[in-house]
Amino acid sequence: MNLYARRVWTNRFGIALSMVAMAFGLLALLWILWTLFYNGFAALSWEFFTQDTPAPGSAGGGLRNAIVGSLLIIVVTTLVSTPIGILAGIYLAEFGTRSRFAAATRFVTDIMLSAPSIVIGLFVYALAVATLGGFSGWAGSLALSLIAIPVVVRTTENMLLLVPTALREAAFAVGAPRWQVSLKVTLRAVKAGVVTGILLAIARVTGETAPLLFTALNNQFYSTDMSQPMGNLPVVIFQFAMSPYDNWVSLAWGGALLIALLVLGINVFARVLFRKKSSD
Amino acid sequence: MSEAAPVDIHAAQIRKFKIQDMLFHQVTLVFAFIVLAALAGILISLAIEAMPVFKQSGPAFLWTNVWNVPEDRYGALAAIYGTVVTSIIALVIAVPVSFGIALFLTETCPAWLRRPLGTAIELLAGVPSIIYGIWGLFVFAPLFAKHVQPYLQAALGDAPVIGGWFAGPPIGIGILTAGIVLSLMVIPFVASVMRDVFETVPPPLKESAYGVGCTTWEVVTNVVLPYTRVGVIGGIMLGLGRALGETMAVTFVIGNANRIVGSLYAPGTSIASTLANEFGEASPGLHISSLFALGLVLFIITFIVLAISRWLIRRGVAKQGK
Repeated sequence: MNLYARRVWTNRFGIALSMVAMAFGLLALLWILWTLFYNGFAALSWEFFTQDTPAPGSAGGGLRNAIVGSLLIIVVTTLVSTPIGILAGIYLAEFGTRSRFAAATRFVTDIMLSAPSIVIGLFVYALAVATLGGFSGWAGSLALSLIAIPVVVRTTENMLLLVPTALREAAFAVGAPRWQVSLKVTLRAVKAGVVTGILLAIARVTGETAPLLFTALNNQFYSTDMSQPMGNLPVVIFQFAMSPYDNWVSLAWGGALLIALLVLGINVFARVLFRKKSSD
Repeated sequence: MSEAAPVDIHAAQIRKFKIQDMLFHQVTLVFAFIVLAALAGILISLAIEAMPVFKQSGPAFLWTNVWNVPEDRYGALAAIYGTVVTSIIALVIAVPVSFGIALFLTETCPAWLRRPLGTAIELLAGVPSIIYGIWGLFVFAPLFAKHVQPYLQAALGDAPVIGGWFAGPPIGIGILTAGIVLSLMVIPFVASVMRDVFETVPPPLKESAYGVGCTTWEVVTNVVLPYTRVGVIGGIMLGLGRALGETMAVTFVIGNANRIVGSLYAPGTSIASTLANEFGEASPGLHISSLFALGLVLFIITFIVLAISRWLIRRGVAKQGK
């Protein structure tokens, strides 16, 4: 084989391998989704949403307490992390372009974005559970907030940095004070981007299991009391999937499907929202 | 003189604005500080809780291979071993696949397919880890045990050195399976970083290579890859950071046996899965302290890996403008 033919074949081989890699990634996604839909939809029923998690060995049951618990924990997480994340993001973008403190904060947010979530669970356990008397929904929300805040901070800062300086200057020129420029001009200009960040943060924490294991724990019964241990979908899925009971395993699949639909739905919605707004 | 009066009215207004601005500045600063304080808080609280076990066994905790709850003796070696080995397996699979995906998306993919395929890979990153875990346990592990492990063992079991990796009964659950499931989880992260840094290569650079007759493969390996080396390594480090700390996907399939066995087919444990399994029922005292110590070790390792990754990716992307 001459040099030319060898180069052509090396190229074809390399390109073919890259296509195989792409197909591998797509197949993995499709395979996971397919088994999830197949097993998950089989578990969905009216009882799935109206009954509470069954006791060991008893038939039937649903995930009502876990669904309500998860929703409560996520709503509180969103309410806590949105203002903190947005204000910290404003600081980084508007006041902290050069300061060393801002550089350190930026560094820490980047690390926290990928830090092991189970360690955050340990921290909240030591901080809130061990000292303030026990597992609770509040502790779960606190742990999830620590995961959500960096996502909101990062997107808010990145979005604000995209605002043209001329817009800020125009607002300053008509005599607006800094806080009004930030809240009423620049933040408003990137509203879609910031909302996208919040949605991505919600999607991120919705499926988080590890930090809830030692904070919200679990609760077999229906409860809306955030100061008590609280049932939540991820922990129920974990416990039920590892159990020897068929109906528990089936409920775990149903819960996993619910979480996946929610997370993927939010992800897709956030993308559509952001693309529509940014193309205007 | 006649201007003086209106200026005074504005002065009051300006003073008010100044105070408001200062307040606004301080308030946002406090919230930025919360983020910073959280990290310091994590490190300090883990260190305090881990104190008892380090007082008892000193740094030897890190390389002692014992985890005996009834006798209250603990060492981190088995968990560290499992964490490192599963992460290495994950990277060995994920790096070439991610490279292929990034190559395909930036060089050969038709333009109209680029966005949907890129989105699909990003969605893979969005799938919660517990879903990977439940899929690994019920779908992947049984198939792997039945259709792959026996053949792998037959083919490689007698090979020198690596033969021992494939020894033992093919039960599906174990270190190798955990590494493979983990690789699926990190592929999207590594692939998106690689794609992003590949896109920073200035088109004229690639075009000149194509112009002298290079094939796509030659352009990628001789121009794109050397140019983006730093960012690519940063992406791999990000994947490593993710793999080291991943909890749920590993806990489901690793088998949770706190020991070190040479075979990759054998069940093992990782730091994160030990925490997930034992922390809830841990007795106060040395046991819980050892678990905090494991958490501290994990946090410090991932912190270092992620810090290096961030530095490399920033350097890789910053090159774009130069």
